[in-house]
Amino acid sequence: MKLSRVSRGVLASATGVVLFLVYVPLMVVLVNSFSTSQSLSWPPPGFTLEWWAKAFQSQGALEAVGTSVQVGIIATAVALILGTAISFALQRFEFFGRDAVSLLVILPIALPGIITGIALNNFFRTILGVPLSIWTVVIAHATFCVVTVFNNVIARLRRMGTSLEEASADLGAGVWTTFRLITFPQLRSALFAGGLLAFALSFDEIIVTTFTAGVGVTTLPIFILDNMFRPAQAPIVSVIAVVMILVSIVPIWVAQRLAGNEKVVR
Amino acid sequence: MMKAKSIKATGLGFLAAASLIALTACGTSSGGSSAGMLEKLGDNEGQVNILAWPGYVEDGTNDPTVDWVTPFTEATGCKVNAKTYGTSDEAVSLMKTGEYDVVAASGDATLRLIAGGDVAPVNTDLIPNYAGIYDFLKNKQWNSVDGVSYGIPHGYGANLLAYNSDVVSPAPTSWDLVFAADSPYKGKISAYDSPIYIADAALYLMNTKPELGITNPYSLDETQLAAAVELLKAQRVNVGEYWSDYLKAISALDAGDTVATTTWQVIMNYLAQPTAVKAILPDEGATGWSDTWMVASAAKNVNCAYAWLDYIASPEANAAATGWFGEAPSSAAACDFREDCDAFNAGDEVFANKLWYWTTPTAKCLDGRTDVTCTDYAAWTAAWQEIKG
Amino acid sequence: MTSDITSRRDAAAVPPIRDTAARRGSTFLTAHPRARLWLLLSAPLTWLVVVYIVALVALLITAFWKVDSFTGEIQIDWTLDNIVTVVTGSLYHVVTLRTLGVALAVTIIDIALALPIAFYMAKVASPRLQRILVIAVLMPLWASYLVKVYAWRSVLSGEGILQWVLNPFGIEGPGYGITATIITLSYLWLPYVILPIYAGLERVPDSLIEASSDLGAKSWSSIRLIVFPMILPAIIAGSIFSFCLSLGDYITVNIVGGASQMLGNLVYTNVGTANNLPLAAAVALIPIVIIFGYLFTVRRTGALDNL
Repeated sequence: MKLSRVSRGVLASATGVVLFLVYVPLMVVLVNSFSTSQSLSWPPPGFTLEWWAKAFQSQGALEAVGTSVQVGIIATAVALILGTAISFALQRFEFFGRDAVSLLVILPIALPGIITGIALNNFFRTILGVPLSIWTVVIAHATFCVVTVFNNVIARLRRMGTSLEEASADLGAGVWTTFRLITFPQLRSALFAGGLLAFALSFDEIIVTTFTAGVGVTTLPIFILDNMFRPAQAPIVSVIAVVMILVSIVPIWVAQRLAGNEKVVR
Repeated sequence: MMKAKSIKATGLGFLAAASLIALTACGTSSGGSSAGMLEKLGDNEGQVNILAWPGYVEDGTNDPTVDWVTPFTEATGCKVNAKTYGTSDEAVSLMKTGEYDVVAASGDATLRLIAGGDVAPVNTDLIPNYAGIYDFLKNKQWNSVDGVSYGIPHGYGANLLAYNSDVVSPAPTSWDLVFAADSPYKGKISAYDSPIYIADAALYLMNTKPELGITNPYSLDETQLAAAVELLKAQRVNVGEYWSDYLKAISALDAGDTVATTTWQVIMNYLAQPTAVKAILPDEGATGWSDTWMVASAAKNVNCAYAWLDYIASPEANAAATGWFGEAPSSAAACDFREDCDAFNAGDEVFANKLWYWTTPTAKCLDGRTDVTCTDYAAWTAAWQEIKG
Repeated sequence: MTSDITSRRDAAAVPPIRDTAARRGSTFLTAHPRARLWLLLSAPLTWLVVVYIVALVALLITAFWKVDSFTGEIQIDWTLDNIVTVVTGSLYHVVTLRTLGVALAVTIIDIALALPIAFYMAKVASPRLQRILVIAVLMPLWASYLVKVYAWRSVLSGEGILQWVLNPFGIEGPGYGITATIITLSYLWLPYVILPIYAGLERVPDSLIEASSDLGAKSWSSIRLIVFPMILPAIIAGSIFSFCLSLGDYITVNIVGGASQMLGNLVYTNVGTANNLPLAAAVALIPIVIIFGYLFTVRRTGALDNL
């Protein structure tokens, strides 16, 4: 795009500065993971690899990661199904209450987490009378993850149009075949992006999770919260954070590649 | 067309709301179950769910050398599932879920748990190690009702005054340091973030304003509470932050963001060494806590629960647990396993009686007055929110 | 592609359409759009209404009930006391205004920071750089929320990096408090604000901007008069995230906010400390009303389609 060199320079430096500021706290976390101080004070009094060793041996941390991954995957799967269904319904059809439904989808994430948390806690324990467990966490997470899938899929549906599907139907393909061979491949990258964001949301969610997790259900954020109270463990938390960031590069990069292949030319 | 739609929408809305109200009215639970005391021990169930302060139930995952849970599991076959809480209030609401068998509750939680029917009386005859516990910890206001014991004492500790000796000189001897109105340390003072801290203010007023007639810092009538609130609002101006979790307090003390605060010994133990921060017990005395191990009224694993209570009261386990946390143990025998008993005034009944242990304030005055109604914990909570502003 | 079709047609005759249940179902659905709609909507709608709306209403109804202050049991005793306390109490006025102020400040800061980055990413950067930048913006989302807030606590401390940078200039850092809260919250929600704006900018065709500059407009005028109105819904969509997420947050305030409290803290302490669910629900009504109001206002701008 034709922007003056000055404008381009200004934008580039603004971007650079902001990104630098975004990564400063993350650098602090990285440094803290090597610091000998147990209470995250700065500057670090000394350097050690002790926390890295402990983190990988920590039974609690590994189990917490496992639980979070489990919850994330199931919640994302549910959110993908529900989100796609709702996107189709809202984008392809006109019906009474359409606005209300789109508002309803956004609510779980728009309303403060603490309200969602205590509402669900009250609902599960008092009204339904079921004990809290890993499933109540999954249900809670799926509920507010729907919106991320919904956003991505509906944006893609708007761009897609229905002509290809109609052509497929004209050629005799049934509803499921059309979806499987025509619609789904076009949606794939949107689903992946939405699913990835949903997984990230679920993985890092703390507020609603503390209110809906049963005894013994320790997701990674709960583990971190518990261990930030324990001075001997706090630096391990920094290690976990660093590992999570590094690990996240892969799926984000894959999502970008998938999206990039279908990019509309500028 | 739009009007018809919106009328239809409103109608549906009302119908939905009405049915929801009916549904929720049905669903809300009423009172707690009545508590029954266990008469006889049975077989261990294989697991026990414990709710406690961080550091009370250590199983080696924190630090491989700090572990008194594994020996317990090996001896009794009860697997321990521990959950930690940050404040007594959190403990009370967690106990209401009915998912825990055992809770280590401080005095500001115990009476609420008892009144709410969440815990049952403990049959101390079934706990052999109970006999060896210091008598001055048994059957106190916070762990018994009408002579019926509701739990096993764990130990006792004080809320000390911590100060940074590099910044604060001369060395303080009084709570003046944190309560003085025109403080030179404005913005660097801290205090415990809980309504129970009002008792600390009341304790200070006991000494500085005897005309208020406060004899028990947990037994405050409206006037006395108002005076305490006024003191705390004046303190608020000087407070940099309140703390309720260790890490906040430790990081603030280490960094020098806080130079004067109320503290626990365990925090002092964790400060980066060498440190200029010292802790003292001021002249006016201090509030303190003596935690009680209690059994849930709806405990699913009641036999393992009793097994834990007995185990944690045993001298060696108690010494390990209280030593790690930084409080005095519950029995003289435990001092055989600890070297620092003197530092904690273990067994010193005089010292122990100088502390005003956390107790839940109730409308029925704890100091015995019958001519006035005292303020209860709900009033203290509302007051605490007003103080923080 | 054409050759594929012709060669397939030559290779084998199209198989006859079998009258299976699936086929009949398919025909039915194609002919009856309402049935398709029903099939699509039923599951998600049931889920959201049953799990979320019922839970929410059940919570808000307790605002009209009372709690026994000592035992903590809820009594179904209809009363307006809690609502009155919340509406008239000066504590609630002060805290609501403070929370609103923080949420607005965070939103404005985030939008101001997001716009240049999003613009650079969408319109100026090469495709490869664009991909890297998207990754760079999304990665911090994966560092735990708690860890990021504690990192800021470390940065803002009296002995932290910020003070270390400011010391040569003799400036005193903000320390912990409302300013620190605003800074930290802006930091936390920034990726959520960048993403919708970036997506919105991608949808603005370059040709429009080129046409504008061909007609003589300078870069800034093009951006101001052409691009900006087109991405306004996307900007508002981003603001929904930062505004709503800030309004209810209580953990950040706890960690870097010094002695301050926000609406989220009041709700939290009433649930936890006070064990007073009715009062907590009454306090929760404040952010709910504000957020509903905000969502209804921005609905018209089409922002909800841009999330």
